[in-house]
Amino acid sequence: MRELTYLEAVREAMSQEMRQNEDVFILGEDIGVYGGAFGVTRGMIEEFGPERIRNTPISEAAISGTAVGAALTGMRPILELQFSDFMTIAMDNMVNQAAKIRYMYGGKGKVPMVLRTPAGSGTGAAAQHSQSLEAWMAHVPGLKVVQPSTAYDAKGLLKAAIDEDNPVIFYEHKLCYKTKSDVPEELYSIPLGQADIKRQGSDVTIVATAIMVHKSLEAATELEKEGISVEVIDPRTLVPLDTETIIKSVKKTSRLVVVHEAVKRGGFGGEIASVIAESEAFDYLDAPIKRLGGKAVPIPYNPELEKSAIPGVEDIIMAVKETLNRQ
Amino acid sequence: MTQQFTLPAHLKETDLTKLLKQMWQIRFFEEKVDEFFAKGMIHGTTHLAVGQEASAVGSIAVLEERDKITSTHRGHGHCIAKGAEVNRMMAELFGRTTGYCKGKGGSMHIADVDKGNLGANGIVGGGFAIAAGAALTSQMKNEGYVVLCFFGDGASNEGSFHEALNLASIWKLPVVFICENNQYGMSGPAKEMMNIEDVAKRADAYGIPGTVVDGNDVFDVMNGVSEAVDRARNGEGPSIVEAKTYRWKGHSKSDAKKYRTREEEQEWRAKDPIARLRDVLIQAGLLTEDGAAEIKAAAKKEIEDSVEFSKQSPMPTIDDLMEDIYA
Repeated sequence: MRELTYLEAVREAMSQEMRQNEDVFILGEDIGVYGGAFGVTRGMIEEFGPERIRNTPISEAAISGTAVGAALTGMRPILELQFSDFMTIAMDNMVNQAAKIRYMYGGKGKVPMVLRTPAGSGTGAAAQHSQSLEAWMAHVPGLKVVQPSTAYDAKGLLKAAIDEDNPVIFYEHKLCYKTKSDVPEELYSIPLGQADIKRQGSDVTIVATAIMVHKSLEAATELEKEGISVEVIDPRTLVPLDTETIIKSVKKTSRLVVVHEAVKRGGFGGEIASVIAESEAFDYLDAPIKRLGGKAVPIPYNPELEKSAIPGVEDIIMAVKETLNRQ
Repeated sequence: MTQQFTLPAHLKETDLTKLLKQMWQIRFFEEKVDEFFAKGMIHGTTHLAVGQEASAVGSIAVLEERDKITSTHRGHGHCIAKGAEVNRMMAELFGRTTGYCKGKGGSMHIADVDKGNLGANGIVGGGFAIAAGAALTSQMKNEGYVVLCFFGDGASNEGSFHEALNLASIWKLPVVFICENNQYGMSGPAKEMMNIEDVAKRADAYGIPGTVVDGNDVFDVMNGVSEAVDRARNGEGPSIVEAKTYRWKGHSKSDAKKYRTREEEQEWRAKDPIARLRDVLIQAGLLTEDGAAEIKAAAKKEIEDSVEFSKQSPMPTIDDLMEDIYA
């Protein structure tokens, strides 16, 4: 099978979907001839024209609300938010409008939109362009939250997100954009709410998201050399969350490490740990659950400081060993 | 018999007594709600549009069936003018399953998406971009409908106003922004919160027309809005129409109205939009005194019936709580 980068996979999902569904269009800042801040929509305006690859003013409040209004009246907009940090400006429309309209209206109306946005640190863009704020959105009933880690997942999950009749926040980790995997040429869908076991193992379960999936797999390879068998689970979607796969894995391994880049305090890892603590898997635990997340600090500019603000491969290896009492 | 009013060309055959009836329905609906809040028969909060009936009725009277509206927290009048059933509106305020939102939305979220009422909004300024989005759908799908976006003087100080009007103006969206300038925010006088007298003047900043109409004169409203709607429907883009009016009641359910004088209130009560329409119709020979009394009595009875309907309607059960969150 041919390989695609994560970035190409996102673009391909949108292009293929737009070829078959007239109601799908993209709006966002500099997504036209510029191709978007990260180049995801590059070449698309040439194929689909400026009506459907809709370059917008720098107005996150307006473009998010416009997406809501268009979705409510029969379109399927994909909103590209240039950096996920700018969610603060789009927040009212996503949290107070998109997420609640259907419920507030007693089950009438629907808001089938996808807000795609690059998240995460590692690009030297510092505190206002590097955050991982997905827990905010996962906290809001009415939204669905997707965080793909591979090109294959990105394409299939984006197709599913576009087909959703509900608002979906689709986080693309910037450092994942250049990662490659086998991606089928045809359009396919990965249902929201299905975790993926990225690596089978028997001693410890790691639940990791986005770029931390890759770091956890690296850690698992290292640990294997020491005879430690690690299972790596990528939930892929935070809402809905596939608790069953996580619980089943922890019952098998009896140990859990949760890893995300987002700040640990109030991060989604706490939710995953709680799922286990409240489930029958709790009785199977042989060690306290270990949570790894970003330090409670704005992401700094200096590359060394930036790296040390979030979990690294070494931290994951250490955490796994701690749960095994093997330092 | 002299006709002391002019009508938009396409409304020459309109039954103007219907407008009078709608205005009475709004008046009685609001007064009934006010009474029930005072007696503690309805809980939560509400915002009454007594005194503002002409801006809602006049604006919507010029629309075609297919056209849409977005409303505000002070939205009961817009709903009634857009053809909502008062039974289902009142039932919503009583929190019953027969209400427009099955008792889940209340006063600030009444919507009837299928009939083109895209919803009231609890967020001041929440409707601007949603209206723009709905207008974008009309434009992209060539559906020919126009969206009326109601907002207040206070909302025009929100950032969403600027962003959405800029967006709507560059894309020439078929939307008309109707400012119901009732002189006050919750307590803040418009003249203290803006350095200009007319919200309509803000249209200059977006290169679109902005007109001021007498919001208590249903004919002036109809003529002003009709021109803007024609323009929108012809692909010439958005406009602002500012209807100068006044809310007779306090901001919300209880309000000592310390921010204004009783004399000022009396001045505005003398401009009662309902009495004015009634008198004009009688003078023009389109209505008799008896006929006017019948219309008033019929409207009153409909509202009283809506109370009975609501009281006899079932309450939601706990089984309904988690329904309607996702489509």
